[in-house]
Amino acid sequence: MTGETMTATAAAEAAMDTPARIRRERVRLLLRNLPFLVGSLLLIFWIVMAIAGPWIVPYGADDTDLLNTLTPPSPDHWFGTDQFGRDVFSRVIMGSRDILIVAPLATLLGTVVGTVLGLVTGYAKGLTDDVVSRIVDAFLALPLLILAMLVITALGISNTTVIIVIGLSFGLIVGRTVRAAVLGERDLDYVAAAHLRGEKPIYILFVEILPNVMPPIMVETTVRLGYAIFTVASLSFLGLGIQPPSPDWGLSISQNYGLIGGGYWWTVLFYALSIGSLVVGVNLAAEGAQAVLDA
Amino acid sequence: MGFYRALLYRLALAVVTLFLLSIIVFAGCQVLPGDVGRAILGPFADARAVAQLNHQLGIDRPLLVQYWSWITGMVQGNMGLSYTYRAPVAPFIGHALLNSLKLAAIAFILVVPAGIFGGIVAALRAGSWVDRSIVIAGLSATVVPEFVSGIVLIMVFSIWLHVFPLTGTAPRHAGVLEQIYYLLMPALPLFMILFGYIARMARAGMIEALTSDYTRTAVLKGLSRRQVIGRHVLRNALLPTITVIATQCGYLIGGLVVVETLFNYHGIGSLIFAAAKAKDFPMLAAGILVIGTVYVGANLIADLLYSALNPRISFGGRR
Amino acid sequence: MPMQDGAEAALSVRDLDIAYRVRGRDRQVIRGLSFTIGRGETFGLVGESGCGKSTVALAVARYLPGNGRVRQGSIEIAGADALTMQGEALRRFRARNLSMVYQDPGRALNPSIRIGQQVAEVFEVAGVPAAERMDRARAILERVRIVDAGRVMTRYPHQLSGGMLQRVVIAMALAVDPTLLILDEPTTALDATVEAEVLDLIESLRAEMGSSVLFIGHNLAVIRRMCARVGVLYAGTLVEEGPTREIFANPRHPYTVGLLRCLPQPGLSKHDTRLDTIPGFLPTSLAGIEGCVFAPRCGLAQDICRTQEPPLIPVAPGRVSRCHFHEQAPDLPRATLATPPAQTKKLAAIRPVIRAAGISKTFGSHLPVYALRDVSVEIWPGETLGLVGESGSGKTTLAKLIMGLTPPDAGGIIELSGEPLAGSATRRQPAEFEALQIVFQNPDAALNRSQTIRRIISRPMRKLGRYRGVTLSDRLRGLMSHIRLAERYLPMRPRQLSGGLKQRVAIARAFAGDPRIVVCDEPTSALDVSVQAAILNLLADLQAEQGVSYLFVSHDLRVVRYISDRIAVLYLGRLMEIGPAAEVFNGPHHPYTESLLAASAEEDAGSALRLSGEIPSAMRPPSGCVFHTRCPRKIGEICETTEPELIQRRGDHAIRCHLTRDEMGRVATTIEA
Repeated sequence: MTGETMTATAAAEAAMDTPARIRRERVRLLLRNLPFLVGSLLLIFWIVMAIAGPWIVPYGADDTDLLNTLTPPSPDHWFGTDQFGRDVFSRVIMGSRDILIVAPLATLLGTVVGTVLGLVTGYAKGLTDDVVSRIVDAFLALPLLILAMLVITALGISNTTVIIVIGLSFGLIVGRTVRAAVLGERDLDYVAAAHLRGEKPIYILFVEILPNVMPPIMVETTVRLGYAIFTVASLSFLGLGIQPPSPDWGLSISQNYGLIGGGYWWTVLFYALSIGSLVVGVNLAAEGAQAVLDA
Repeated sequence: MGFYRALLYRLALAVVTLFLLSIIVFAGCQVLPGDVGRAILGPFADARAVAQLNHQLGIDRPLLVQYWSWITGMVQGNMGLSYTYRAPVAPFIGHALLNSLKLAAIAFILVVPAGIFGGIVAALRAGSWVDRSIVIAGLSATVVPEFVSGIVLIMVFSIWLHVFPLTGTAPRHAGVLEQIYYLLMPALPLFMILFGYIARMARAGMIEALTSDYTRTAVLKGLSRRQVIGRHVLRNALLPTITVIATQCGYLIGGLVVVETLFNYHGIGSLIFAAAKAKDFPMLAAGILVIGTVYVGANLIADLLYSALNPRISFGGRR
Repeated sequence: MPMQDGAEAALSVRDLDIAYRVRGRDRQVIRGLSFTIGRGETFGLVGESGCGKSTVALAVARYLPGNGRVRQGSIEIAGADALTMQGEALRRFRARNLSMVYQDPGRALNPSIRIGQQVAEVFEVAGVPAAERMDRARAILERVRIVDAGRVMTRYPHQLSGGMLQRVVIAMALAVDPTLLILDEPTTALDATVEAEVLDLIESLRAEMGSSVLFIGHNLAVIRRMCARVGVLYAGTLVEEGPTREIFANPRHPYTVGLLRCLPQPGLSKHDTRLDTIPGFLPTSLAGIEGCVFAPRCGLAQDICRTQEPPLIPVAPGRVSRCHFHEQAPDLPRATLATPPAQTKKLAAIRPVIRAAGISKTFGSHLPVYALRDVSVEIWPGETLGLVGESGSGKTTLAKLIMGLTPPDAGGIIELSGEPLAGSATRRQPAEFEALQIVFQNPDAALNRSQTIRRIISRPMRKLGRYRGVTLSDRLRGLMSHIRLAERYLPMRPRQLSGGLKQRVAIARAFAGDPRIVVCDEPTSALDVSVQAAILNLLADLQAEQGVSYLFVSHDLRVVRYISDRIAVLYLGRLMEIGPAAEVFNGPHHPYTESLLAASAEEDAGSALRLSGEIPSAMRPPSGCVFHTRCPRKIGEICETTEPELIQRRGDHAIRCHLTRDEMGRVATTIEA
């Protein structure tokens, strides 16, 4: 569109757009966006399962039944039983809990760290920015999974280690996005106007610039959440993440996937589908939200 | 800044990055674990045995000395001795790297054209259901962990349909075609995580080029649609995709660990994983440094390719 | 509508109705537009932003964006129905009959393909054999007066300047002698002297080839110069049409009358008069408008205007006006009082408010850019110093320097009311910030879009003046009424306000601390003419009431002349001329000033005064007098070797030139717009 056509239509709209109206319009569009709806529903479903799990499940996740090991899905056991006779359905429901604590915490850590990092490096010119960028580049040269492997092997496996490693790595990635956004804002005249009031850099960063970079931060956070789940599940599969005796999905798959050769598909498939549905749900919701924000 | 100056600058940057990377790896493998000897022998071992092991491994030397001998060795190809195998690390890494490169190559050969094609199609039909399906499918696939998609694929194609083998390792002396056949299954999860990004980048580049002023000029000149897209649009649209493909290497390498473990394939991913489990730090450090180098190298090549193909950079500013 | 006898019109638009689909609803942009362009004729379509003129251009070229639709009407180019053509026929038609030139030449060319190839493509679609294409490309580039066409053909777009690129685009447009040439703001992005040359070029080529031209723009002076006939567009509707001279001399529609009155007139400054304005805003939606679309803003509107849309009424042979009361249009009552308010505050002129001495600024050490060299100015209380120059002149740099946004080179002094001012804003005092403020060019970037207007304006009061609570809100209210800004805007955010309102907010913010001087950096360049008039009036009123000084930076000579008491002319970082406004404008003046004035005159001031070539790079300024490479009055070798001193010629008027006062020229600038 040329500048002219933007003005012809946009000018007509802008005068009427109160912040409240914009919000309402956005919500309306969100609710009509199919990916967002599907994604949110999936996410909400799993959150509900995670919270209400202990009251929903027909059996305990750790209740063994050595007389009924490896039975296929049946009215008694909707998802069948595993090699210890544990009800797979119950384990699937309960398996959502750990990952829905660890991944969001890691994401939150990443967002906070990344926002501060991005604000500071985006604003500071010269040496600080260069040096920090080099160090960040070095860290990001390693795929997250491998970096996590390195650190976890060295420091020992625990949920906290996982959260910190993923959180800090995400902080670097989010930091890059925030830095780019800040660079875009830094040269705008309202920042100069703030200088010409004698405002301190801290004030300018957090009070003037930060509100304008919130939208990309929000979007980045939701995308990161999807990857946090991805990484935690993968680490659990490798035995470096969530530890037994948790019914965590990734962990359960790593324990059972040798069984699929023998035809005991139900001991693995349902966990796989759960992971798939959760990550895809988060991602769809993020995509939908971004599409609406961009419009 | 001329092409050659840009080249030198980027090369220097890459070296700095690798240097910093080596420090990180060293710190992770030598510093973090604390007492390596203790870590290997366990909490119940005798203190003297631990001290002796530490001395044997050269762990009791000052950190800087250790780092220096390690890094100089690395650069010359001496990657140290594996704790687990008591043998030089280098041959293991070499062999594993080669295997992984084969797998990565298959994945790239499949995904790059598919992703670019998908992105172009989506852009040309922007807003339609074709477009939205490609984008949504692509993006959903990127976020599904490789072991999930891998296991579903195994269950469908190997166990149920018996079309593909369970493992990625072809029998010895297998020909090229047979090796490719074995590598197809492991390559698919990798394909899935890469497709979405490449398609999205190609799509974005296409849309920007299609809505640009110079495309308008080309159309209003009277050029046919094919000429406009072929001559004016594509080259500008696909230029950013080059950089994206390089950054995707990172995800690819991360995926190798899981995929190779799942499909029992002796590549560098499974090698690193095994080393981590066994706390074989020299192997682990060497492996990680090597893949870091591969990643930095891939990015460097992509950067240079981009500079070479972008006249704004290779031909400098106003005269 | 007049037509050449016999031949079909080059362009015939009838009852055109165009809408865009935005968020699921149709927004009408063009209503019932009809006009005709005869063979060999230049027709101007003029209007402010949002009137839809570019949409017309896109529609004629069949390149509306995806959500745009022609709902009704017809477009015929040389008799062919432009709206129904498809595929191969459309392609051929575009290749031979229609060409378009846009505003931003840098973006109109493919950055990855060499110039020569892009130009040769035009010949390719015209069916020229491959072997001849490059030769013909070179020929057409030479025709648009590109020196060394062969070398230019091997370059990429980013290696050429704006003026050069626009010539290339014009070359491509005229290469195959199209029936209709559409020009959409072709020179808006160019400097004045470059613009003058490009317009000359367009005019001479057009005359040679006999092409018909649709010229779209907002600059009335340019339209007047280039177009034989003009149509005035308001809110998607044609309100007046006819021969350009007649319409501008004797307008017969209230909107045209208002528009012309908004322009500063030569010879009238802020002391003599205030500019007239057009009250109100553009309608937000064209849907459901009964009656005349201009009625809500029209001083002559009666009941019939609000209920019945006027048709295009013939006013004279070849002239129409869409107004029930077109005969009374010239007597349209003014929206703003003509008499300026009395000067309420007369400050004692003891010392200058701002004194800048020996200011230089060099950017970068490796490849230095000499942005300013040894500039000295003084601004006295209650006066406006206009700072004029094109790109690379350093005028923005000087403004930023005075504000402390970038420090001057060592040796330069800046004083505020006699006290030295720190070179960098970080070392200045709150009182200094209050006294010395700035209004930026682009109100969208100058206001923090996430803050409310109340926040934006009251923050300086809190921070600098330490006002709180009741005193703060009282002061805020006082300021709002002073700036003529309604209080209901306070809880809004910038995006809800129009450009003019946003700029008022920016002015309010600058005046929050009762400044002694406000630097205005192109404050009206991004605004429409009618809005610009209101802002200029406001600035002039504030100066009369409060005795504030201005450093007014602008490239628009008419605006500068209206608002300034003294004028400084910069070229490539050097001060070329400085003196009282009337004297600088009336002459005799520096050859550069002369060329600038000639460039903005509506009449063709003769090619003797046209500047050739491009503005030199600030990295390699010419030796001696920096202007010698383009000076039309260059004496000889002395201009290349020795830089002239800035010498007082008569009274307070200093000029940097080797010529004596008698040898300098003057441009007659008494032409009415």
